[in-house]
Amino acid sequence: MSDPLLSVRDFSVRYETAAPVDAVRDVSLTVHRGEVLGLAGESGCGKTTLAYGVQRLLKPPAVIPGGSVTWHDADGTDTDLLALGTDAMMAFRWDKISMVFQGAMSALNPVATVGAQLADVFEVHRPAMSRRARTAAVVELLEIVKVGGARIKSYPHELSGGMRQRIMIAMALALRPQLVVMDEPTTALDVLVQREILREITSLREAFGFSVVFITHDLPLLLEISDRIAVMRAGQIVEIDTAEQIWFRPQHEYTRTLLSSFPRLTAERKVAR
Amino acid sequence: MTTIEVRGVSKTYRVRGAGSIDALADVSFTLSSGQTIGMVGQSGSGKSTVAKILTQMERPTSGQVLLDGAPVPSRGAALRAYRQRLRMVFQDPFASLNPYHSIRHHVERPLVLSGVVPPGEVEAEVHRLLAKVQLDAGVVDRRPHELSGGQRQRVAIARALAPRPSLLVADEPVSMLDVSLRMGVLRLLSDIQAADGLGVLYITHDLATARYFSDEIIVLNQGRVVEHGSADEVILRPRHPYTRELREASPDPESFFADRVGGAR
Ligand SMILES: Nc1ncnc2c1ncn2[C@@H]1O[C@H](COP(=O)(O)OP(=O)(O)OP(=O)(O)O)[C@@H](O)[C@H]1O
Ligand SMILES: Nc1ncnc2c1ncn2[C@@H]1O[C@H](COP(=O)(O)OP(=O)(O)OP(=O)(O)O)[C@@H](O)[C@H]1O
Ligand SMILES: [Mg+2]
Ligand SMILES: [Mg+2]
Repeated sequence: MSDPLLSVRDFSVRYETAAPVDAVRDVSLTVHRGEVLGLAGESGCGKTTLAYGVQRLLKPPAVIPGGSVTWHDADGTDTDLLALGTDAMMAFRWDKISMVFQGAMSALNPVATVGAQLADVFEVHRPAMSRRARTAAVVELLEIVKVGGARIKSYPHELSGGMRQRIMIAMALALRPQLVVMDEPTTALDVLVQREILREITSLREAFGFSVVFITHDLPLLLEISDRIAVMRAGQIVEIDTAEQIWFRPQHEYTRTLLSSFPRLTAERKVAR
Repeated sequence: MTTIEVRGVSKTYRVRGAGSIDALADVSFTLSSGQTIGMVGQSGSGKSTVAKILTQMERPTSGQVLLDGAPVPSRGAALRAYRQRLRMVFQDPFASLNPYHSIRHHVERPLVLSGVVPPGEVEAEVHRLLAKVQLDAGVVDRRPHELSGGQRQRVAIARALAPRPSLLVADEPVSMLDVSLRMGVLRLLSDIQAADGLGVLYITHDLATARYFSDEIIVLNQGRVVEHGSADEVILRPRHPYTRELREASPDPESFFADRVGGAR
């Protein structure tokens, strides 16, 4: 378990707007190889900014006033991600880290079929692959995310919101990176589909040993799928522990609030109508 | 009192290289002022298609939509007026906000177009609406990409409520909000409902909030209404196997950890 993949130390991000926003403040955390690390916290607390920041996806006016991000590759080498050149970082991003962006359902190219967009990933990053192998890989991905191979020729607007979200998950899994960062990847999915996909991701993770950082506001879901959970508030990590510890022995007041405030399906209705 | 009736609506789409798909098959229901109907169902079951047909972004293949007994307007000024009365919160706040416009513009425009407040009070109303969805006044001059996902979702809700519609079709309106904000926004909707008789179609995959905030729940499966009844009836005593499955799959940490470690909290 103590095999680190990514170490983030004293990491900060500020948006230098008219009224500067310190969106991430002195965050330290480690992602271990093969684990699912959940990242929870209220809207606007800095989850997306942190995920973007460590992958160097931020644009001005965002600045990184301090901190370090170190990648510990499976091949034994360490890389300082903040020091990597732009091109090297770009290659790194696809090959080693992939991301499912929040709002990904609108990130697809509207004038290309989803099959072509998935095939593109292989064409660019696995040029040796034959056309036939590519198509087979695309169909396999569509099946993994339960959209089904029959939709290979559909355009994004012909798919439902949840289906588009699943195309983006498929894209992130395509090249079998060592780390998959998922930012609210299942907001449009009901629990049944969510579970099927998470089951697929878990079995892929067991087969290929990648790590997942799963960002969501959905704490009940996170408790079930994560090995560890980091709770973020106002730009800082206030608590990080195993899912079990977070559930049975939450240390921070805010974690307790988060745990107690979700409505139970079968409880008394609180809203008098 | 406003009533919108969906009567025997079907919608068939062509799927490239794979025949066609019945996104909706013979769907009927009635939504009235002062009422909330929750609509749940698997991804791809046709929920957004219902929303698109209600707002006339899509036309049904067969069947009709009636507003107070008359077919809903399909073009021109009448359609625009209809869209101020029946407002929509789109499923995707990343695509539905205009990247070139400030948050102020997004909320201000429907206020000006509908004339619900005198010109001198528009700015104050913008701030009031943003405060209602718990957004800081400091966001008014920002553009959508300068906000977090959940903040954008709340802008979309403020914009939809701005012209004081009589009906609201909300497609996964709170999917990116943490629980406390989520409950806050839904309470806001039920307050407006109590005060002004707003009718709400609440499309969601969150069974718990659907039950809390809805009078009735409709369960869609592959384009068909498989269950429609009072919220408690559908959630507590589901009759359709799909509804039961949906219910059983809801994450419940209490029983999850009880099974795993055999201890209670
Ligand atoms: N480009 C920007 N300029 C200024 N402020 C920004 C910018 N982008 C984000 N922010 C602010 O930084 C804070 C953190 O945003 P971030 O998107 O990281 O939140 P989040 O935790 O992902 O929230 P959500 O759950 O709602 O997606 C928010 O207050 C947001 O308004
Ligand atoms: N323009 C279109 N052309 C072809 N098929 C379409 C089109 N729009 C929707 N569909 C199909 O209709 C079905 C219903 O889609 P809809 O968007 O209504 O689902 P949904 O219940 O909202 O799902 P989600 O929860 O994932 O958002 C899906 O199979 C979808 O692919
Ligand atoms: Mg975010
Ligand atoms: Mg939808």
